[in-house]
Parts: sequence; C-alpha cells; structure tokens
Amino acid sequence: MSFYNMATPFVYILFLLLLPFGIPNLLLYLIAFVTGLTLDAFYDTLGVHTAACVTLVFVRILFISVTVSRDGFDEPEPTLGNMGIKWFLLYAFLCTFAHHIVLFFLETFRLTEFSYTLLKCLLSGIFTLFLVTLIEFIFYNRKVR
Amino acid sequence: MRNLWIFISRYNAFFFFIIFFTVGVVLTVRNNSYQRSVTINSTNKVVGDVYNNLNVLKKYINLGSVNDSLAVENAKLKTEILALKNIDTAKDVVVKDTAGVPQYTYLSARVIKNSITNRNNFITINRGKADGMETNMPVISPGRGVVGFVQDVSEHLATVRSLLHKDTHISVSLKRNNAVGSLVWGDRNSDYRKAYIKDIPNHFKVNLKDTVVTSGFSFFPSGIPVGTVSNTGISTGDNFMTIEINLFNDFSTLQYVYVIKNKLAKEQTELEAKLPNEQ
Repeated sequence: MSFYNMATPFVYILFLLLLPFGIPNLLLYLIAFVTGLTLDAFYDTLGVHTAACVTLVFVRILFISVTVSRDGFDEPEPTLGNMGIKWFLLYAFLCTFAHHIVLFFLETFRLTEFSYTLLKCLLSGIFTLFLVTLIEFIFYNRKVR
Repeated sequence: MRNLWIFISRYNAFFFFIIFFTVGVVLTVRNNSYQRSVTINSTNKVVGDVYNNLNVLKKYINLGSVNDSLAVENAKLKTEILALKNIDTAKDVVVKDTAGVPQYTYLSARVIKNSITNRNNFITINRGKADGMETNMPVISPGRGVVGFVQDVSEHLATVRSLLHKDTHISVSLKRNNAVGSLVWGDRNSDYRKAYIKDIPNHFKVNLKDTVVTSGFSFFPSGIPVGTVSNTGISTGDNFMTIEINLFNDFSTLQYVYVIKNKLAKEQTELEAKLPNEQ
C-alpha cells in the first residue's frame, strides 16, 4: 500500500507502541529486535527495520519515563482510551518519526538524496500516524472510572 | 565498581539502545555489500514458503493479463520462426559463436515476491541453485524490458536486485545513435515506471520517444528494449546529460521473468579481472 510512491505507512509499529508499561527494558528491546528482524526477512532489508524498531523503543522508554509517574502505573497499556488523546498523539508522533527517520535514512544510505528522503519520511510518517490513530479510534475503549 | 554498576543500571535504556542499534546498523552495512552470506531474507525456506503460498491467490487474479502477454509473445516468436524458415539459402552460412552453442539460454521463473515502494527493491523468484542459478545473472521480463540481477541464491529460490535499487546500474544505449549511458533508478524519483540514463555525452542528439536498448556491456545481451525517452531537459552542469525514460516493463504487475544464462560470463569476468584497475 502506498500513496503515489511517496508515502508508505508502516502500521506494524502499533504493536510496539501498545506493549504494556510493566515490561522490563531488556525484554522491550529484545521484542523490538525480533520484530524488526522478522520484518527485514520479508522486506529483504536486513538490519534496517531492526535498527528503526530499536530506536522506537528507546524513544518510547524515554517518553514514558518523563511523562508517566514511575510508582505504580495506573493503566496497563498506553492506549488512546487509557491515556487520553493528547498524550497518545504526542507519544505516537515522537515514536513514529524516530522510527521513520532511522528507517528511511538507513535504507537510502546516502546523503545526496537528503531532502528527498526527508520529504518521503515526513509524508510516510503522517500517513502512518493517521492510520495508527484511526485504528486506535476503532478499538477505542474508554475505561469507566 | 559498584557505582559504575549503579550508573549503568540506572541508564540501562540508553546502553541497551546503543548495543541493539549497533547490531542493527552493522547488519545493514553488511547487507549492503554485494557479497552477502546471511540467510535472513526471502530466499530463506520459511519466508520463501510464506510468499509462495500468498502468491497463489495473486497469481489467479492476474491470470488474464499474463495470458494475454504470453499470447503476444508466442505470436512474436512464431513470426520469427517463420521468418527464419524462409531463409533456406542461408543454410550453409549458419553463424556459430565461439562456444558452438548459443551463448545465452533462457530460464523462465515465477515471481513469488515483489516490491516497488522501497528505495531498494528486491524480487524473489522460484528458481535456485538446483536450476543452475548463480549470482549476477541478468533477469528480463517476458514482454520487454529489463528486471535486474540475481543477488542471492538458495537451493530452490533466488532474490533479484531489481532495477528499482540504488546499486543497480545497467549499461544501455540509444537505438538511434548508439550513445551509451548508465540506467539508474531513484535519486529524487520513486516512480516505478520511470528511470534515468546518466553519462550520455552532450553532443549526442536525443529526441523524445527514442527507443532505449541494452548495450551488451553489462551482463545483459545487447538489444533488449528498455524504454522510451520521455524527458531530455534535465540539466546536470557538466559534459554529460541525464535523460528520463518511461520503462516498458511494469514492475507492479510482474508475474513471470526470464533469467538469462550466459555461457561466457565466467570467462569474461576472469579475463577482465586481469586488467589493471583503472579507478
């Protein structure tokens, strides 16, 4: 699926975004590593998705450690319904773009196409973000407090 | 020592990131070189099987258009046979090349995985070592047009580095005046129907709709149609021009391909390896 060959969404990152809060860091990285490796096997791009997924998890850990209080997470998973739209959008935005920037630049692997790659990255990021938010709204499940 | 341990465990996210990210980048760099020895790609048994099964449905949907293209090709070949039959007088002067047998033989293969949206695209086909496949064999499409080079071979599958890849360069020439250039894809273009020819000297006259064929200098036999010129006005600022072409080959609907076995390929590479390196 692509939009005029410029924007290619990678919705699989939703899996990494929605992993529960309680998972230890090492396990998170291992999950991301294996996910990336599987994707790479099918895309014939060994290492590219792996590095991108690992970066995504790094950004995820940083963002969660800054915004969510450590002592006892109230919610099990960082979903849209649990965390609210403002938090989720920022979270998804940061993670998606960290992932896409690493992905597209490692794939291109040359700086002569810098601006073009950046444009592709931006458009794909918006597309992915749109689909991720859409899916979250479809499975929107606001907890009754 | 204890303080160091506390420091590392406090910022473990960062250190884990460094370790895993490095592994990812090392894999990428190793994978970018031509001599790949890894097996985590679609020539892998498991991945290949998945694509093989997924492909069944897609193959069925495209049956009509594939039939049409095969019928067209059949008709073309039949006319060629007829034309050859008519030349009876030429019986005594059959031109044989040095090997006494045809230099090029064709092997048909089915595409089981194809991609066109990445910066570097690969195709997986259902022929492997068992069918005599080797790396760097050229691949063309049945109608007309070039597809790419064989990159990795496993027992029954092979990956093809498609023309839509940043490292694929194919030597092509303009049919009209034999000006030779290098066919590349990408670089501010991600349209799978278009490609660029670089390094054609400025003094050649190029018209729109000129036909572009392979030159025979890379592993491809000469004269395989590639596309038609669609834009000549790309300024490069040096003595060579860049031309945009429309490819004959539609990568998005690729179903069957031909792999070309070149009997003299090994001999040629060995001979050329003896030349002093000019770069």
